[in-house]
Amino acid sequence: MAKKTDKAEIIILETADDMPPMPASMGSMRVNKTASWRSIRPIILEDKCRRCMTCWKFCPEPAIYPTDPPTIDYDFCKGCGICINECPFDAITSEKEGK
Amino acid sequence: MKKVLTGNFAAAYGATAAKVNVVAAYPITPQTTIVEILSEIVADGHLKADFIKVESEHSALAACIGAQAAGARTYTATSAQGLALMHELIHWAARGRLPIVLTNVNRAMGPGWSIWADTTDSISERDTGWMQVYCENNQEVFDTILMSYKIAENEDILLPQLVNLDAFFLSHTSQVVDMYDQKTIDSFLPPYKPTIKLDVENPRSFGALTSPEHYYEFSYKIAMAHEKAKQVIADTGREFKKIFGREYGMTESYRCDDAEYILVTYGTIAGTAKDAVDRMREKGIKVGAFKIRYFRPFPVEDVVAGLSHAKKIGVIDRAVSYGHGGAFFTESKAAMYGHDIPMYGFIAGLGGRDVSIEDISGMVGHMQHQDPENMIWIGVKK
Repeated sequence: MAKKTDKAEIIILETADDMPPMPASMGSMRVNKTASWRSIRPIILEDKCRRCMTCWKFCPEPAIYPTDPPTIDYDFCKGCGICINECPFDAITSEKEGK
Repeated sequence: MKKVLTGNFAAAYGATAAKVNVVAAYPITPQTTIVEILSEIVADGHLKADFIKVESEHSALAACIGAQAAGARTYTATSAQGLALMHELIHWAARGRLPIVLTNVNRAMGPGWSIWADTTDSISERDTGWMQVYCENNQEVFDTILMSYKIAENEDILLPQLVNLDAFFLSHTSQVVDMYDQKTIDSFLPPYKPTIKLDVENPRSFGALTSPEHYYEFSYKIAMAHEKAKQVIADTGREFKKIFGREYGMTESYRCDDAEYILVTYGTIAGTAKDAVDRMREKGIKVGAFKIRYFRPFPVEDVVAGLSHAKKIGVIDRAVSYGHGGAFFTESKAAMYGHDIPMYGFIAGLGGRDVSIEDISGMVGHMQHQDPENMIWIGVKK
């Protein structure tokens, strides 16, 4: 059976019977998570961040939202590291996924 | 209403009777007159459909995929190199579970350039997930298009279907075709109701990236749909007989009951084989003809049930898988594994070479006196 989590729009497909016949998402890209293969997780260091939003401008996904401080959406971040490279204040660090 | 029609007209009228919503096609070689006829029917207002003229067969099938995903019943037709150019999207349509019906006029692949009959074009699409059916006459072309939509759109199946007819022997030959009453056709084939479709109110992404945790299951579901299709094809054939009087199964036996020699074949050669069987029966040879209509799903159960009493079996292919043999032969032989019946693979009629009654009688003669072989070439000029 498909399980509905506490976030109502997320459906977990456990068996072949839960799945639609074709690879169609069960909703829009909001529920079609695409970050399962990320190997590097970028982390914004709040103390060093000056809120310049350079990371938000450069994120190709875009998986960084211009909040205060900016936030990374790990459901869509692929771990490309562009934000780490572009940050003028070295305020974004990274760690390996699956440690 | 009965009319004298070529196979191309039978196909176009079949799509018209099925009330398709969208026809997308490339109009130039190797296209046949099927879509030219349909373009006139649409332009004259006899079929309320969108006719999309595109720049290649690749785009033709792409347009059908988009329209079908949006909930339309779609149709296209092509041949040989045109089908080959569609190849990428042939996979897409099946994996997208879009019940498109495509009429393929079986023509030989170039070079040398040929517009004559040969089934290598469709057999090359064997592993795409499409259902494949081969027609013996123009009535069967018309009937098969109607049944194809019903089978393909069944919510347990949702697979596209390739309806094959031999170039010239059917496409350009006139035969009597009963086109029935449109109201009766409408009751047999109601409008297409998709279970999942493109819908702005309920947005989805189609054909999105699929990780190893799901791809395997999608393939499994296609395989299971092919298994279920065997029953749906049989049921649809019986329902068709009840309404229209003609029955179609996955296979057809002709004078096989007491036959010692059975010739297995498909397409127009099946018709010639029946005449050859009649002539050989007059001479006292116990021979039967076994027609395979569906190549995918392959009717393993019907083949075993229909052939296991034979002393010897010959399979005639109008195509060759280089390096091994004819595809209908290798599939039939695999289906008959364990039955210990000598099987002969005949390669005949490539590129439109005529397969005569004498050729087929000669094959039975070969089976009577020679040892079995996988690739026996009929009529090579030596």
